[in-house]
Parts: sequence; structure tokens; C-alpha cells
Amino acid sequence: MPRIALEPRFQVEHLSILDSEGNLDTALEPQLADTELRSLYRAMLLGRRLDERMVRLQRQGRIGTFAPTKGQEAAQIGSIFTLRPTDWMVPSFRETAAMIWRGWPIEKLLLFFAGHLEGGQPAPDQHDLPIAIPVSTQLPHAVGLAYAAQYRGDDAVVMAYFGDGATSEGDFHEAMNFAGVWHVPVIFVCQNNQWAISVPLKKQTHSRTIAQKALAYGLPGIQVDGNDVLAVYAASREAVERARAGDGPTLIECVTYRLGVHTTADDPTKYRTAEEVAMWERKDPLTRFRGYLEKRNLLEEGLEQKVDDEIAEAIRRFEATPPADPLVMFDHAYAELPADVRAQRDAMAASEPARPARPDANDSPPPGATPMRGQRLTRR
Amino acid sequence: MAKLNMVKALNQALFQEMERDADVLVLGEDVGVDGGVFRVTDDLQRKFGSQRVIDSPLAEAAIIGTAVGMALYGLKPVCEIQFSGFAFQCFHQIENHCARYRMRSQGRFHVPMVIRMPYGGGVRALEHHSESEEQFYAHVPGLKMVIPSGPRNARALLAAAIRDPDPVIFFEAKSLYHAAKEEVPDESEILPIGRAQVAREGNALTLIAYGAMLRVALEAADVLRDEDGVAVEVIDLLTVSPLDRETLVTSVKKTGRAVIVHEAPKSFGPGAEIATSIMDGAFLSLEAPIRRVTAYDVPFVGFAREKANVPDVPRVVSAARETLAF
Repeated sequence: MPRIALEPRFQVEHLSILDSEGNLDTALEPQLADTELRSLYRAMLLGRRLDERMVRLQRQGRIGTFAPTKGQEAAQIGSIFTLRPTDWMVPSFRETAAMIWRGWPIEKLLLFFAGHLEGGQPAPDQHDLPIAIPVSTQLPHAVGLAYAAQYRGDDAVVMAYFGDGATSEGDFHEAMNFAGVWHVPVIFVCQNNQWAISVPLKKQTHSRTIAQKALAYGLPGIQVDGNDVLAVYAASREAVERARAGDGPTLIECVTYRLGVHTTADDPTKYRTAEEVAMWERKDPLTRFRGYLEKRNLLEEGLEQKVDDEIAEAIRRFEATPPADPLVMFDHAYAELPADVRAQRDAMAASEPARPARPDANDSPPPGATPMRGQRLTRR
Repeated sequence: MAKLNMVKALNQALFQEMERDADVLVLGEDVGVDGGVFRVTDDLQRKFGSQRVIDSPLAEAAIIGTAVGMALYGLKPVCEIQFSGFAFQCFHQIENHCARYRMRSQGRFHVPMVIRMPYGGGVRALEHHSESEEQFYAHVPGLKMVIPSGPRNARALLAAAIRDPDPVIFFEAKSLYHAAKEEVPDESEILPIGRAQVAREGNALTLIAYGAMLRVALEAADVLRDEDGVAVEVIDLLTVSPLDRETLVTSVKKTGRAVIVHEAPKSFGPGAEIATSIMDGAFLSLEAPIRRVTAYDVPFVGFAREKANVPDVPRVVSAARETLAF
């Protein structure tokens, strides 16, 4: 009875197609049409410009706390680009760029971050879950959606987003395990942005990669350069095709970097160096992809201005939103309000005239006053 | 018409609802081949297949979490958590998500799912297999919390829970599973969630109970009738939340006295909410303070001491006599 080595033919690949120096692996380069390349870049740019604008809106007290996406545009757009509208997106809370790609109006997202739940309401035909804040808890929902799609015989696939910190949570492991056992069409997209608030990846996991965690659950895992939109796209397309063909789930680890704050109430200078940030700024996903498009003469002139105008127009619509009617809080608690809750609603309706608070009302507390998980209460 | 115990009655409810609606599916630990550790899901997999009656991996959070995803897609999952004492490993999915998706998505999504859990003592079981935790769920807005007291109402309430558009936590008293058989008509029945029943009419005092404590309350009412000559009204809550305040208030307006019985610990338990509701609605009719007979405010005591902790007939009779004599 010897002690023998099992030889699982496990391997974890790292995929990079366009590096930060602009070097291109033409053998791996995906064959995307010019219009597709343009729309990828436009979506990334829109994500970046909106993100920067939202930080200013937050500083001005016009929206509340939010988690910026800056630096993660390629990871988000390269992956979400491979879905059909009938597929499902299951976001975490830092997927603003991908959510806009999925059709969320900008003003709606602003409304959400200004504290109005109306902003989190997907459109009737939209196959997107709303933002989920408790880390990794949305992942089992993605597996359930995928099971249901399979059960109904629909060919929809599900793409779920989360970060490196989420891979320490039990729900991540349970979701991966269920997905493997049930063999359902779900793609787990980890945006490994190196930092879970102040905790770096090396304190989050002792694994060499996050991608390899998939292997323990019997599913393929691949690591990609998450700042290379072509690599993210290629890996995602492969995973989506596999899922749609009935060949089960995939974990994609996008190695990227959060260039900004964890949330608008975080101060990253407390835990990471300016040199590190500068090093990752040189790997900026937008700069790299812009260079690629320039070489192919695909850059649209005046695109920045067009994107900024679109954002400005959306902000105008957001700020023209009527004030929140407090009584609406009772509308979606249950299908039918229980008698006692109805009495509470009636009492509110009778006792005080509606005192709506606009997002920018002077008498309301600053929207940023409510901290998100792990948020520092001091601001820079 | 057939005489069924609660296990068979619940099994029939699942069977009938699955026949009626292809979107209903069952998942949990050991619910398929084994038919559940209490056999409530017996034979369902044979009839409906392993895609609809799913032996899930052993992970409560993912059982509830994947069921949330199924429900968001439009299915109607019925989850079994093997014992209510293990549900803290999925409490975050229940509180953070089941209860909130309708609100969070402003009505775009809802979560029509049922979470069945055996609860309560009386079966000489280990820690985490004997407790009563209904108060945690009753406190969460967005959930409904249902606890039947016998085979017939269990079948009708489970059918109602499965058809309900909102998430329902459905507690089944382990001590009632095989306690008694009851005539149950062949056709499926529905009892409305959120409505209590007057299990016995009376005018001297209102005893309020649910689940396994209903039998204790009824036996206490027998003692009070036989030994004290008083007619006690007994209310079977059936739904803990939303609470049927109207039935409670109507009864206490008639009797002027109330004693609440539950297996969960006393402080911050359902009894506190029930008592306050009675005070709100029947204050001027009250002839005595409202009493609660409950488990004590101590962690699990071990089944060798369980009888001393869980309310029994003498404790209920004693509280009722004090209330009557006040």
C-alpha cells in the first residue's frame, strides 16, 4: 500500500494579450470588429469620467458614499461585454461601469447613491440584480439564477462580480461548490484589486492565485491581466461560451488595481504607498487600450467631450428628480401590507405632511454620514 | 378523507403543490433519496425527479442563497433547514436578502420562497436540535413567520406559504410530527397566513399559544375547567408574524385576562409583542396584568433539564390562576 502522489492535471493559466508597454500578442488577439473596439473604449472612458465626476459630487454632498471603480474599467467592461441582454448580471457594489453597459441610466445610479432605493430598481425587462453590499453574499444568488435558467431550459448564463476580499467569505466557497456540483452556467468574475479596504491580498489568502481556488471545486479557473481589456474579453468569452454550451461554471481572476479610495470615506494613504499607486497608474487600462486604438486609427475625435456631455445631462436629470415621498417606504415591504404595517403607514400619512428631503437639502444630514462596511468616519 | 400525522400531512402539502405548479421545487440536506431526516419530503424525489427535489451539499447559506436566486428567476423553492438551530449559518441570507429583495429592487423582484425548519424541544435531542428561535424571524420586516399546531392546519398553511408571494419561515414542531393523527380531507386546503384561530371558546381568560404549546394550553384549559370551573378561551396563533392583533384584542375585550405561552425564552420574545398589542387594543378591558409562561432566559439547558425549562401544564395553570385571582 504505497503512499502515492495523485496527479491531478490541474493548471492555472495567466492570460495577457496587450501589456502595459503596448506589446500585443497577435496570436491571441481577439477578432473584434472596429465598432466593438470603439464601444469597449467608450464604455471604459464613460466609466472613468463618471467615476471622477461622482467623487466630486460626493465631496459636494450631492450624493452619498460610493465605491469608485477607477482602475477596474477593463476588468468590468471586458467581461460584461460578452453577455447578451437576456443573460444575468449579479453585481457587488463597485460595478458602476459594467452596470452602465448593462443599461442602467446614469441618473438612476446617482439616485441610488443619493439614498433613493428607486435608483436600485432594475427595469422590468432588465436581467440585472440590484447592487448587493454584504460581501460575497450575492454569489449564491447567481448560482440559483443559473440553476433556474437551466431548470427552465433557457440558454441564459449568469455573470457574478466580487473582489479579492470576498474570496475569504464562506458564501464564496459555498457558491463555487454548489456551482460545481450542479454544473450550472455561471461565471464568477473576481476583480482582484489587491486591497480589501486596508488589507492587502497577501493577508487575505495564502494561495498563489485566486484562480486556483476554482480547482478545489472542480471547475476551471483562469487568471488574466485585469487591466488588459482584450485578455479579459477573451477569457470571458471563452467562459460564457462554455457555460452556454452546458459545460459549467468558470472562475476568472482579473488582476487589477483600485487606483482610488475603497469608498469616498476611505483614506488609502493610511495603508499603502504613493509609489505603489504610481506603479499601477503606469498600467492604467485606459491608457493601454487607447494606444492600441490609436495604432488602428480607431480613436473617435472629441469622445471625451461627448462622454462628459452625456454625464452632465444625466446629472441634470438626476437633480431634477422630485423629492422623496416618505410614504413610498411602505410600497415594497410586502406584496400586500399586513394590517399593522398598513396602520403604521396611515398614521404617518395622517400625522405629518410629507417632509421630503432632496439629496442636496440643507436641513438633511450630509449623505456621506452613513458609513458603508469598514468605512472610516473621518474624511480627508 | 384520511387520518394523517403532521409528517404525512406536510408531505402531502408538498406533493399537492408540486403537482399543481411546476415552479415549486424542494432543496435541502438529505431531502431527496432519504426523504429528509424526519421524512417530510419522503418519496418526492421518486415522483418529481432529482432536478426538482435537490439533495444539496451541506451548506445552509448556499441552500438559502441559491434558493433566493431561483426565486428571483421566478421559481418557488421550498428549502428545508434540517434543524432550526442550524439556521444561524444562513441567517444573513434570510435577513439580508430574502426579506429585502422586494424593497431593494422596489418591486422589480420578489422572493416567493418557503424555508421549512423543525424547531422546539420534547424529543430528547442535543444542543441546536431543541431550541425555539421564532423571535428572530418574527422581528424581521419583509418576512412572514408561520407555526402550525396540527396535521390539518400544517398542510393548509404550508400550501398557503408556498403560494404566498413573499418569503415565509415555516416552523414545524418536532414534538408534533408524530404526536397525533387528524382527519384531513383529500383535496388541498388553504388557511390564510396572518390569521389566528380560536381553538376553544371561553369567557374567563384568554390563553394564547402556537405550535407545540397549543396542546399545553388546551390541557391547561381542561384543568381550569375541571378543577376551577372556569371557561378559558384558547387562541392558536398559527402565524407569529404578521400578528393577528384583531383576534387577540377581540378575545381579551371579552375575557379581560390573558396568559401567553411560548417555548422561546421570555425576554424580547413574541410574548412581549403580543402583550403590547393587547394593551394597545384592549387596555380598558384588562382586569389583570398579562402574564407570560415561556422558557427561561438561559441558553440551552440539555434535555435532561428540558422539562423544567419548557412551559408545561402546571406552570400554565398556575399563571392562569394568579391572573384570575388578581
